[in-house]
Amino acid sequence: MNHWLTILTLVPFLGGILVAGLGSERKNLVRSLSLATSLLGLGGAACMWLHFNAAEGGLQFVEKFAWVPSLGIDYYLGVDGLGALMVLLTAMVTPLAILASWNVEDRPHVFHALVLWLQAGLFGTFTALNFFHWFLFWELGLIPAFFLIKLWGGPRRGPAATQFFIYTMVGSVALLLSFIALRLATGSFDFIELAGLAKSGVLTAKLQAAFGWKNIALIVFFGAFLGFAVKVPVIPFHTWLPAAYSEAPSPVTMLLTGVMSKMGVYGFLRILLPIFPDQIRQVLTPLLWLAVATIVLSACAAFAQKDLKRMLAYSSINHLGYCLLAMFAATAVVTGVNHSDLQKAAALDGALLQMFNHGLTASALFLFLSLLEKRTGGLRGLDDFGGIRKVVPVFTGLMGISLFSSLGLPGLNGFVGEFLIFKGVFPLAPWAAAISTIGILVTAIFLLTLIQRVFCGPLNERWAKLPDLTTAERLLVLPSIALMFVLGIWPQFILGVVDATVVKLVQQLNF
Amino acid sequence: MLAWTIYITFIGVLVLMLLPRDNARAARIVALLTAIAGCVVAFAGAIQQANPGEVTTIVKASWIPAIGANYYLAADGISLVLVVLTGLAAVSGILFSWNIEKRTKEFFAFYLTLIGGVYGVFLSFDLLLLFVFYELTIIPKYFLIARWGSTRKEYGAMKLALYSFVGSHLVLIGMIAAWVVAKGQLGHASLDLIELSRVHFSIGFQHWVFPLVFIGFAILAGMWPFHTWAPTGHVAAPTAGSMLLAGVVMKLGAYGCLRVAMLMFPEGVREWQWAVAALAVAGIVYGAGVALVQRDFKFVIGYSSVSHMGFVLLGLATLNSIGLTGAVLQMFSHGIIAGLLFGVVGRMVYDRTHTRDFNDLEKMNVGKALPFAGVTFVIAGVASMGLPGFSGFIAELQVLMGAWAVFPKMTILAGVGILVGVAYTLRAVQKGFYSDVPPAPIDHDHPLEPVSVPERFGAVMLIGASLVIGLFPGLLMNWIEPCFKSPLFARLLGGGAQ
Amino acid sequence: MNYLQLLQLSAPEAVVTLTVLVVLGVDLTVLRGKSLAARFNVGALLSLLGCATAALLAFTRHTDANLFNGLLVVSPASDFVKVAILVLTVFTVLISASGKFTDHVGEYLSLILLGTIGLMFLVSTEDLLMIFLALEFASLTLYILTAFNKHNARSAEAALKYFLFGGMSAAFLLFGFSLLYGISGSTNLRDIAAAIAGKGLDPLLLVALVMTVIGFGFKVAAVPFHLWAPDAYDGAPTPSAAFIGSGSKVASFYVLAQIFTLGFVGAQGSAVWHGYVAGWTPTVAVVAALSMVLGNLTAIVQSGVKRLLAYSAIAHAGYMLLGVLGNNQLSASGMMFYVITYALTTIGAFGVVAVVEDATGGDAIANFNGLSKRAPGLALCLMVFLLSLGGIPPLAGFIGKFFLFSAVVDTAKNLGLLWLVILAIAMSAVSFYYYLRVLKAAYVEDAAADAPAIRVPLLSFLALALLALLVILFGVAPGLLTQYL
Repeated sequence: MNHWLTILTLVPFLGGILVAGLGSERKNLVRSLSLATSLLGLGGAACMWLHFNAAEGGLQFVEKFAWVPSLGIDYYLGVDGLGALMVLLTAMVTPLAILASWNVEDRPHVFHALVLWLQAGLFGTFTALNFFHWFLFWELGLIPAFFLIKLWGGPRRGPAATQFFIYTMVGSVALLLSFIALRLATGSFDFIELAGLAKSGVLTAKLQAAFGWKNIALIVFFGAFLGFAVKVPVIPFHTWLPAAYSEAPSPVTMLLTGVMSKMGVYGFLRILLPIFPDQIRQVLTPLLWLAVATIVLSACAAFAQKDLKRMLAYSSINHLGYCLLAMFAATAVVTGVNHSDLQKAAALDGALLQMFNHGLTASALFLFLSLLEKRTGGLRGLDDFGGIRKVVPVFTGLMGISLFSSLGLPGLNGFVGEFLIFKGVFPLAPWAAAISTIGILVTAIFLLTLIQRVFCGPLNERWAKLPDLTTAERLLVLPSIALMFVLGIWPQFILGVVDATVVKLVQQLNF
Repeated sequence: MLAWTIYITFIGVLVLMLLPRDNARAARIVALLTAIAGCVVAFAGAIQQANPGEVTTIVKASWIPAIGANYYLAADGISLVLVVLTGLAAVSGILFSWNIEKRTKEFFAFYLTLIGGVYGVFLSFDLLLLFVFYELTIIPKYFLIARWGSTRKEYGAMKLALYSFVGSHLVLIGMIAAWVVAKGQLGHASLDLIELSRVHFSIGFQHWVFPLVFIGFAILAGMWPFHTWAPTGHVAAPTAGSMLLAGVVMKLGAYGCLRVAMLMFPEGVREWQWAVAALAVAGIVYGAGVALVQRDFKFVIGYSSVSHMGFVLLGLATLNSIGLTGAVLQMFSHGIIAGLLFGVVGRMVYDRTHTRDFNDLEKMNVGKALPFAGVTFVIAGVASMGLPGFSGFIAELQVLMGAWAVFPKMTILAGVGILVGVAYTLRAVQKGFYSDVPPAPIDHDHPLEPVSVPERFGAVMLIGASLVIGLFPGLLMNWIEPCFKSPLFARLLGGGAQ
Repeated sequence: MNYLQLLQLSAPEAVVTLTVLVVLGVDLTVLRGKSLAARFNVGALLSLLGCATAALLAFTRHTDANLFNGLLVVSPASDFVKVAILVLTVFTVLISASGKFTDHVGEYLSLILLGTIGLMFLVSTEDLLMIFLALEFASLTLYILTAFNKHNARSAEAALKYFLFGGMSAAFLLFGFSLLYGISGSTNLRDIAAAIAGKGLDPLLLVALVMTVIGFGFKVAAVPFHLWAPDAYDGAPTPSAAFIGSGSKVASFYVLAQIFTLGFVGAQGSAVWHGYVAGWTPTVAVVAALSMVLGNLTAIVQSGVKRLLAYSAIAHAGYMLLGVLGNNQLSASGMMFYVITYALTTIGAFGVVAVVEDATGGDAIANFNGLSKRAPGLALCLMVFLLSLGGIPPLAGFIGKFFLFSAVVDTAKNLGLLWLVILAIAMSAVSFYYYLRVLKAAYVEDAAADAPAIRVPLLSFLALALLALLVILFGVAPGLLTQYL
């Protein structure tokens, strides 16, 4: 069990190599092998989840040994509740994406290998605790994503892929420079060690001593912030996202929105919050404004979209905005609020839950879109449909559930996360929470519009012969739908595991 | 043992010259065997060396007593890294020029002469001997390009030869002046690099001699604004030629900067540190920016070499052990990656499509016709943009770390250079291999010949080297780092920051 | 002093004189009516035999002798220079063996040998009179050698030009010498040195000095007294040009150094940067600088290889003058090393040109196109020679330059002569360009499709290969040569 996380990361990586080596001729073998690999990954992640000691909450499954000692680089792996949750999410979304891409006919071996490598990159990112190889995986995830968009995407895939890559790279370089500065000041690349220095308050002093600039800590923070903000994305760094999401083939969009967008949020939680709490507090108000803007503007933008994929893309930004709101609020130093720690814990709990929920729901929604596109030959405009609930009742029902989950209907998973977030944020930053509710309202409006325009109303005769979901497809979406209900009713399944971690994080932030 | 890298290579040249003129196959095999033998000896000798931090003498014999020149071959960790690089580059270059049909024997004779000279430079610890090997490389370079090259080959070859020659003559001036001054101080004539590095040249003397010698070497390292030979030379050269130019010849310059200019004139470096750094950063940004707008595929790679060598120079300018380690590592890394990029563009693509113009390549959909070439270029491109996991990242990381400590603002500019690097690599990937332009009708009568086995071997070897060093940088850093802790470098690093 | 001893001391010269008679006699009697090639080959072998014997004699005796108050001086150093001259003569004879420019074989070869005798006497004396006599004797043979191609009007023109300039230079030289004699009352160099020492630079001495510099400037073709050289090199039969550029150069520089370092020891002045003192060094420095700059720059635009080599010879004369400037043991041996290796290289280069000229009918750079395919061995030799002239390591030309330049810088305090050396190095970088142009033709350009392979005469090829080997050898192991200097 000592190398559990390494093995977990290696499985999809080696599987990808194997798949790529099969060649383009044996298509079904390629698909099956790829699915088997991802299921193996899921099994491994589930094992890890079950063996995770929820009560303890600290880092577990730790592997650590010196890698490049002279640069302070260790091979340092470990997961706490946050990491475990993300690993689980990745492991769940990947098989779905692979199943959804069963019909890729063009160079399927490369496609599936890239998907598996993307998964490996994600596993690595969520388990690494030393900047060096964390960054390795962070970038490693980028390359497969780029090519998946570039080679299998829609008509305007070229610019979309490039834009996606360049934006992320700008963030990455800023991040890299920031960490080089941190390394110079502290001699460490170790997230945990850096967080410890931040908690004891010497990090800022060390940075200033090393560079002699007054505001260096803030500059370094902004560098790192940029890296994550692009990935999440935070408005105004989001412009790559709608193009990338809508041009990418739907299975890839599932991965992009389901897990890759979590890399950014994960980065905030694992790195920015513990290492730069002072700096976040310094610019807290603008940051909260950013979060609010992300929530509200993206909802409004989604409302204006005519393309279903773009609409859901903006809605994705909106949902992650809540996580940002919760995180920034949780760093605030508040006086006069009773049990502020509890509120903070609630907000962060909600944020974690929201991450998982969004991964689940958004990937399910894009899965539905891919099924729809398969049937319509790529048509997916808001106004291209109408009344199809009569022809495809099962599809309508199941997608409806996912849409309502996304909307935050009580009883479904989306509600719990958003509720906890607002519960926590209201006492901590009331004005921000208040404005953000506009986002919820607009979300409800555009999602209902979607339901109205696509499923209800008079039937568009063009789709009179639209086939409903096959049994295989029903089985495919069933687990996600089931989980939405389960988490809606029994959120403790996740909260129980992450709560201890969140409490630790809150302690880390309070000093 | 390591000295045999030189001898084997020159023996290979002699054997080649004795071969019958028309037997191209025999020439290739002899060349390949020679290069492999050299590479194996390089590896074995490097591993054998017990203490890479110290200069270990291989041979030392009196050569020209009147001027104090010795036949003095030795190696420390820095030499080891570069000798191993030379071995790898030599083998892969031959694998990538397996298709040379025109006067094969002469081609490989020139090729191996160049390699022998390069080995010699990296192992010489006598200034004159180093210089002899250094100049020995100029002639084969010229003929390889002028005879077997492509676009404007004669112009490119002559430019490269003259730049090299001018550079080496600047070095010669400095060398003679230093020899005379050192003779006055030591009381006897000496060209021993270690002995010379202990001489305290007066500040006034170093003030003008250092830039002379440094620029002399840096011309070959592609330092902006003396880089203009590099793109034209690279473009004109045959594939193996550009692989070697970028792979090892540019390293000769950087190595000379470090081993000769900086070690002998530490106070001079300190005085000019900022200038070196500024030129290095200018090279990084300028090279990347120009690469972004090229239409010729090889020009993109050529300018990218200028940009990447800027990192080597920036690392040298930091004058701290981490930056210098990064610089040496970057020399290795760039040698491998640039070699691979040129191999893909020159051999896999150009030799088959007979065009390097993006406008033509866009219509060919090379990525589909030659999947291996496409994938190799992507991997090489990714490694070249400094993605973690490949050697380029760990090298540039250390350079940036070293530079942050001394020149934070310039470091940020260098970061911009990295970004532009990402952009031009992406552009090359798109235009060269996976374009969206509707492909021209495929000529089924003349399909592109598939990528051959030697090419595959060469590509896999280079990718493997870059990956191994990217994941286990300790392998090389254990050789490099002790060098900078040795007394030889004490004066250079002593007064530097941190 | 008896005559037996005199004969002993001048034994090498005597042997060569005998050889002259033998060569001439054999050619006129035994070989009458034989083919040109046979006559040349036999004559060359006889000359080789004679020169080798003479060289052996000179090389194996280790005598120091001074006869007739410096009229005949024998020392290991001068003996070694003689050996060098003899070796160069042998090579000159060997490369002329394939010549078709004359059918007076015996006369041609004996003239070369006679010139050699003149040069040998030139280096074994410390007396102005003897210097002048020997120099003029050698020069006269050179004039005739230049004119030897009777089928070519340019040969005669070149000889006339050479003769006129040479005569003028003799006049200058004689004028200078006579002034020196007037000042010091002696023709012996050491006596002259003693006489002018410590007196400062009086105008008469200055005139004498300038006249001497001018006289020798003509002889060694230094700028601005070089005008005869391109035409002479170009018009003369190629082996003659090789002889002018090699043996006669070695002897001239040796004696030039003797005159200045022995005779004018009290009047050297200083050519140091910002430290100018009138004397012979600044004069020589100016001449050297002019030669380097003008020779190299003019060589760039030449289209004929012989003219190119002529201008390069002018430039090299400039480098060698630096050695005279250096004025100490190290720079003197550096200069001799440079001169000797340069002479070997130059003969080689001219030898290649001679073969190519015979095969293609001209010496334009274009005639060298595709040489590496038409005659690979010859092309390789050419590469070695030209790269050595360009100063590329590890060939002798590079080591010579390094040796010479560092010795020169070392002689003046505070790197005072560095400016000259920087100029020399800069010009040497320029020179690389035009040598490369010739090599480019040989290695990069393609010959016309129907161009046949060039047949290289065996004797020439052996000589050229040996020369190339020597150039490499002296580059890699300069100690072989420097131990005698």
